[in-house]
Amino acid sequence: MSVDLIVFLVLALVSVAAALGMLLSQNAVYSALFLVLNFVTVAVFYLLLGAPFIAMTQITVYAGAIMVLFLFVIMLLGGGRLPPRNVLPWQRPLAFTLAAVLVVESIYVILSRAGMAGLITSPAENVNSMEYLRLMALKLFGSYLLPFEVTSVLLLVAMVGAIVLTKEERKGRQS
Amino acid sequence: MIPLDYYIALSAVLFVIGTLGVLIRRNPLIIFMSIELMLNAANLAFVAFASVYETFSGQIFVFFVIAVAAAEVAVGLALIVEIFKARRNINIDELSSLKG
Repeated sequence: MSVDLIVFLVLALVSVAAALGMLLSQNAVYSALFLVLNFVTVAVFYLLLGAPFIAMTQITVYAGAIMVLFLFVIMLLGGGRLPPRNVLPWQRPLAFTLAAVLVVESIYVILSRAGMAGLITSPAENVNSMEYLRLMALKLFGSYLLPFEVTSVLLLVAMVGAIVLTKEERKGRQS
Repeated sequence: MIPLDYYIALSAVLFVIGTLGVLIRRNPLIIFMSIELMLNAANLAFVAFASVYETFSGQIFVFFVIAVAAAEVAVGLALIVEIFKARRNINIDELSSLKG
C-alpha cells in the first residue's frame, strides 16, 4: 500500500464521518462545524489532486465565508434546535423510502462501474507552482473571461438581492 | 497512484449523504448545508477528472461553482431570515405557500 493510498483512505474516512455527523447531529451548530471539517478534508483532496488554487479558494470561501454566514444565521434565529413537529405525517416514511432507494441505486452504480476509469498520477510533481498559477490565470482570464465577468455580475445581483430582501421588511414594520 | 474510481466513489458517497440530508432533515438550515455538501461532491468529481485529463477547465469550473454557491447562500439565508421574521417559525413542512 503506497503512502498516497493510505493518506487518501484516512482522509476519506474523516470526510465521510464528518458528512454523517452533519446529517445526524440534532444541533444545527454542530452540523455546521462538522461541515467545516468536511470542507477542509475536501480541500486536502484538492491539494492531492494537484489543484492548490482551488484548495485555497475552498478554505477561504467555503470554510471561511459561507460557513461563518451559516453560523451567524443559526445563532441569529436561534434555530439550533428545532422541536420535532409532524405536520405532514406521510413525509417521514416517504423520505426514508426514497433515501433507501437512492442508497441502493448508488451502491449498484459504483460497484458496477468499478475499474473503468484511469489512474491519477501525482500532477503536483509535474508542474511547479508558479507555472501552475500562470497557466491557471491564462485560462481564467483568457478563454473563460466572459463567464468570469458574468459571475461577478451574479455576485453583485445576489448582494443587492439580499439587501433588498431584508430592507423591505423593515419598511413594512414602520407603516 | 490512486485510481480515479476511488475519488468518484467518495464523491458519490458525499453526494448521497447530502441528498439524504435534504430528504430526511426538516430544518431548512440543515437542508441548505446538505445542498452545499452536494455541490462539494460534484466539485470533487470535477477536480478528479480534470486531474486525470490534465486540463485546467475542470478547476476553473469548480471556481465558478464556488462563486455561484456563495451567491446562492447569501440570497437563501436572507430568505430564511425573512421567513423567520414574518412567521416566527422555519419548519419546512409548514412553508407551503409563497405568500408572506
